[in-house]
Amino acid sequence: MNKLIVSPSPHTHGRESTQSLMRDVLIALAPAMLVSVAVSGWSMLVLILVGAASCVLTEFLITKYLLKRPSTVSDLSAVVTGCLLALNLPPESPWWLILVGSIVAIGVAKMTFGGLGQNIFNPALVGRVFLLVSFPVLMTDWSDQGMFFGLGNVDAFSGATPLGAVKEALKNGATLSQISVDDLTFHQQFFLNIGGSAGELSALALILGFIYLLCRRVVKVTIPLAIFCTVFVVSGIFWLADPEHYTNPVFNVFTGGLLLGAFFMATDYVTSPMTTKGQIIFGIGIGLITVFVRYFGSYPEGVSFAILIMNCAVPLLNKYCKPRRFGEVKK
Amino acid sequence: MTGTILFTIACLVALGLLFAVVLYFVAQKFKVEEDPRIEIVEKILPGANCGGCGQAGCHAFAENVVKAPGMDGFFCPVGGNPVMTKVAEALGRAVEEKAPMVAVVRCNGTLANRARTNEYDGYASCKVMASLYAGDTGCKFGCLGKGDCEAACKFGAIKVDPAKGVAVVDENLCTACGACVKACPKGVIELRAKGLKNRRVYVSCINKDKGAVARKACGAACIGCGKCAKTCPFGAITVENNVAYIDFNVCKMCRKCVAECPTGAIHEVNFPPKPKPHEENV
Amino acid sequence: MKKTFKIGGVHPHDNKISANAATEIFPAIETAYVSMAQHLGAPATPIVAVGDKVKVGQVIAEPAGFISGYVHSPVSGTVKAVAPRADIAGNMVMHVEITVEGDEWMEGIDTSDTIVKDIPYTPEEIIAKVKACGIVGLGGASFPTHVKLAPPKDKKAEALILNGTECEPYLTSDDRIMQERPEEILIGAAIMMKALGVTRGYVGIEENKPAAIAAMKAAAAAFPQIRVITLKKRYPQGGEKQLIDAVIGRQVPSGGLPIDTGAVVQNVATSLAVYEAVQKNKPLIDNVITVTGQCLERQRNFKVRIGTPMSKIIEEAGGMPLKAAKVISGGPMMGRAIANLDAATVKANGAILFLTEEQTRRKPESSCIRCAKCASACPMGLEPWLLNKLSRAGGRQAELEQERVYDCIECGCCSFTCPANIPLLDMIRSSKAEVMKIMRSRPKK
Repeated sequence: MNKLIVSPSPHTHGRESTQSLMRDVLIALAPAMLVSVAVSGWSMLVLILVGAASCVLTEFLITKYLLKRPSTVSDLSAVVTGCLLALNLPPESPWWLILVGSIVAIGVAKMTFGGLGQNIFNPALVGRVFLLVSFPVLMTDWSDQGMFFGLGNVDAFSGATPLGAVKEALKNGATLSQISVDDLTFHQQFFLNIGGSAGELSALALILGFIYLLCRRVVKVTIPLAIFCTVFVVSGIFWLADPEHYTNPVFNVFTGGLLLGAFFMATDYVTSPMTTKGQIIFGIGIGLITVFVRYFGSYPEGVSFAILIMNCAVPLLNKYCKPRRFGEVKK
Repeated sequence: MTGTILFTIACLVALGLLFAVVLYFVAQKFKVEEDPRIEIVEKILPGANCGGCGQAGCHAFAENVVKAPGMDGFFCPVGGNPVMTKVAEALGRAVEEKAPMVAVVRCNGTLANRARTNEYDGYASCKVMASLYAGDTGCKFGCLGKGDCEAACKFGAIKVDPAKGVAVVDENLCTACGACVKACPKGVIELRAKGLKNRRVYVSCINKDKGAVARKACGAACIGCGKCAKTCPFGAITVENNVAYIDFNVCKMCRKCVAECPTGAIHEVNFPPKPKPHEENV
Repeated sequence: MKKTFKIGGVHPHDNKISANAATEIFPAIETAYVSMAQHLGAPATPIVAVGDKVKVGQVIAEPAGFISGYVHSPVSGTVKAVAPRADIAGNMVMHVEITVEGDEWMEGIDTSDTIVKDIPYTPEEIIAKVKACGIVGLGGASFPTHVKLAPPKDKKAEALILNGTECEPYLTSDDRIMQERPEEILIGAAIMMKALGVTRGYVGIEENKPAAIAAMKAAAAAFPQIRVITLKKRYPQGGEKQLIDAVIGRQVPSGGLPIDTGAVVQNVATSLAVYEAVQKNKPLIDNVITVTGQCLERQRNFKVRIGTPMSKIIEEAGGMPLKAAKVISGGPMMGRAIANLDAATVKANGAILFLTEEQTRRKPESSCIRCAKCASACPMGLEPWLLNKLSRAGGRQAELEQERVYDCIECGCCSFTCPANIPLLDMIRSSKAEVMKIMRSRPKK
């Protein structure tokens, strides 16, 4: 008979593992990925595959040969980073663009800090921002998506995102009623049709994915809820004050990758706070910075920067926002 | 264009100079007055901040030794006698040379000698294992082999040998700081005199069970038979609680006890191999 | 809306596969090995010598301090030895070894099945009887019951809560006694309420025991001051602090004791033992033990005399199952893995659980992904990831105290939940002990 096993308690374990959680995130991303491939074609599929593969390869090579540790790619976190990065790029991007992005995302943003669990910044977002700053033209070329919207009096900017177009027009002195943003019906925004990064294409697909994550108890609704409420309320205040120069809150919630960012990037375990109080503050911060960058900054889109900036605040939030204690003694 | 650049450079230089002056005066005003000898002594010390001297780091050692009237109670095990002589010189005092010490793991319970009776599946920490139960062998006194000593050692001098399953000390790296002794929850490790020519003799077992029980658990255990104590010409060995102990201050390293021990529990370290009997008669 | 505790908790599968195994009397043994460490606190001092003849229920050891208790012989026969013997962890503890001869009980012990309802004793008499009969908390902690029934002068008891939740998976001994002897349990509760001077009593039972709830509710009709409360199935519903939170909505203050909320909690098995002690003069010499596990062919609930070697119980249950890789005394969340199967049972042993390699082998640890699921699961609102990190770093006792490591109830929810398979509780338990030692050694203000 084999020797008895002896260990401290507990002697049993729940069903979740890092791998099962990452797998659930991939399943949640599947609707959005499918929609983007259906709309944008093979180039999108290539992006997703190259992205996932190059992230995995980068992590494998660095872990095994540089750090001389056992490979960690089986936990699927690199695959998730690759897919998220693909969803953040214009669908017509060349394959080498995402290859470079993946190497930066995994090599610089994740492995230099020590690998999974040690990074401060969201790797996919670091990759995206790096590409945005290094290849600005490629990263803002949204041509030929087959469906884009008319902008009333102003020339149709084929190839711009709604946010980009609106920002350009506002800068050129037009007012919103002239641009008739309301042409973008809510119906269109919700299901399909907006020009934008692959991940922005379908709000419905993203929401479905997020509901799956909630049901599987992978994430809590705290961070996205805080983000949406903040964006809605703050942009609502500005819009009420001056509807001609500030876009309406619904438009703000559904465009610019806010859904993708709030559902999948801001909720990344490693780079978000670990207590409910901290998560609420984190979400509010992201919402505020997003709105301010959109309204007053020079970039049309603020979600990536907002999340990365709030990532810096996370260690502080973890230190000072403690969970609700049992039997709290009120002094 | 050039005007802007020149103006910027001039501004930054002026700011830099201003800050330098301010910082200088602030540093002077808030300077902590310290006996200059403290810094001198601190420079002599190895700077490992290991706490082996019993002080809270090298600076604390320097502070306290300068304040103290003599050199008693101060010894840096990492620097050893050379460093202590230099410190004494710097303070104009005399110091006695101390015999160098080394950590010794008193356990023969290797995988070959001591059968494992169950399998430990908890976190690899001797502290956790020791507080959980009597261990994964029949001997509840011996080395657990999970490496708390290895983790505590700042000099990489003690490691758990995976082939043996017990901790092994590298005497060339060991500074006798005592960190491993504190870390071991079983009290298996002892600081002993390194010995003349780095030779020493010690009982590598602390099993206090009765002889038969100890032997059943481990083939090289000390059974407390007392043969070593009887044979020692210098009275260096005492047997208490079924286990023998050699006082390293009394031991003259004649090795008679090593030959007498029926289980091989007593170790002799760094001695040349004894010539075989028949060779002597040539 | 069923009641439950407010913070944390996990949902392991309850595996109550032995729920239908009616309690059987364990057959007579040949030798009893009675440990002196049957309770929290100082081991009792033996008062018998080799060669003495003893009867069932005879005192064989006396308390050795304030937190200590009497130990009685579970068998009749001759004392063979008073010597150290290994317990389940392999540590040597003093035992009294008795060779069994017949089954003769001490005079005065009522061994009949008649239920005695009247309680004509004063609180002081009750507490004295409970002490004299060696009753200890049978929920696992083995705290001497007579100490708990006499709270210090500055703490006022307001309610008695009986713990019938049995939240540990696999265990069903409490379920069985609630179904089989509900009235006696409630009389025991009434006795304890009289001793404490309280008029409110509750019995908390998890919803996965419908038969026990029905039986207890039916019997409680005769006890208007005692209410049976159904609780949500959630681990650790049976944790003392969590139970008080669920039943009366009060939380034991951080670093405090349950009596600070006015509640006194006792396990249903302890209540039954109190009934037998006060009404039948029967000391605590036996307990119901669940023998269970998927790899065991037939699930059992045995009423076993203390001092029975575990190996004998395993033999009677059909022998060691082939697939068993770990044998646990207790449940899978807080039980203790047995290293020495020859160890004898003690008063608070409630189960022998067999787990297979697949069910229990720990998976390799990987890096923390900062998911904070451990913090969400902790019923005390602590942050296990942080406590573990500080513990492994070493020398951080001050911060550990600040992070309330002393509030940890060692329930295991954190390790159970961690997706990276980090054994959080292993090191937290270790530093909890260190920090509490430091706290206790401080001079009292």
